[in-house]
Amino acid sequence: MKIQVLGSGCKTCKKLFELTTQAIKELNLTTEVEYITDLQKIVAMGVMQSPVLAINGKPVLTGFVADVKKIKEIIKKNI
Amino acid sequence: MGIFYPIKLLANWLTDVVFRLKDAGILREAVNFFIYDTIKILILLSVIIFVVSIIRSFLPPEKIRHILTRKNRFVGNILAAIFGIITPFCSCSAVPLFLGFVEAGVPLGVTFSFLVSSPMVNEVALVLLLGLFGWKVALIYIASGLIIATLSGLIIGKLKVEHLVESFVFKHQIKNSAAGIKMSWRERFESAKNYTAGIIKKVWPYILIGIGVGAWIHGYVPADFLAKYASSDKWYAVPLAVAIGIPLYSNAAGVIPLVSALTEKGVAMGTTLAFMMSVTALSLPEFMILKKVMKLKLIIIFAGVVGIGIMFTGFLFNAILK
Repeated sequence: MKIQVLGSGCKTCKKLFELTTQAIKELNLTTEVEYITDLQKIVAMGVMQSPVLAINGKPVLTGFVADVKKIKEIIKKNI
Repeated sequence: MGIFYPIKLLANWLTDVVFRLKDAGILREAVNFFIYDTIKILILLSVIIFVVSIIRSFLPPEKIRHILTRKNRFVGNILAAIFGIITPFCSCSAVPLFLGFVEAGVPLGVTFSFLVSSPMVNEVALVLLLGLFGWKVALIYIASGLIIATLSGLIIGKLKVEHLVESFVFKHQIKNSAAGIKMSWRERFESAKNYTAGIIKKVWPYILIGIGVGAWIHGYVPADFLAKYASSDKWYAVPLAVAIGIPLYSNAAGVIPLVSALTEKGVAMGTTLAFMMSVTALSLPEFMILKKVMKLKLIIIFAGVVGIGIMFTGFLFNAILK
């Protein structure tokens, strides 16, 4: 499984990265969360809002930061 | 003001009965003003942001792009300006939006119409204008904002400035899909609720401070205090207001209540409008981020065209609304 957080490096994006890392820990998964600031990658996924949470290359959360509980739900649903 | 009457009663009750300020004169006025405006604005914000979020869930930027690529320029510019109203804007989305539009074949000018309208005509500013200035000013603001966005985009489109966009942008061609994340009605409500709560959480301190200082000005500053410097016959007031507005973007929620109080004290309405437009539409952090995808010259053209549009609006309403 590949989990990525993509963003322009702004505060909101870093927050999403931190929360996702925390969610992974709480779910006892060993996957590394990748943090990507190359905006071209976001656009290539067909998304135009930052930040993006992507699982296996598919965007699952775009444009805002959810709380850890919601992020855990999303990860579980998309594994 | 009919529908706000219950809030007025509540504010009166709080000031007179709970805080026992009935005979406190100016202090009573200021406290009453603060309580009334705060409750009114927070209710309006919650309702309107929620409604806009629901509408937005049907029109994500990906779908808007799909519509815009198939329109000719003029119609495209107008539509882009209108779609900009419902799209929330955070400067961290400026670059992906720009790339996503241009690389999918949306004309540069149309993209700029969207980039201008999206932060300028946003729902938080509209609620504050509606609550503090009334629907006429809110309407003037929307209409002027849409016209400035449409015209700026048309002008930039005519200038043929494609060479000022970083060359990698046109090298990437992406497929234009309207696909987004599919949502059920429950998820729409859920995300609208979360989004609304998120925005309120972020802006309430600014609004409270803005209304608080506004209430103090309302009660304690003499009525024509600023007329000497900022009445409608002072030509420099409008450009000065625009210049002051540029670095204030992130505080728009606090600036508007403050400005509404200053308007009572003699700042001309056109100047006020120009100031608020400059706060929302011209933002320094956004310009810095856009540097990643376009040359400085294009950013200056962009800011210049929009700035001139805003000043024109300011002068126009100073002349009309005397």
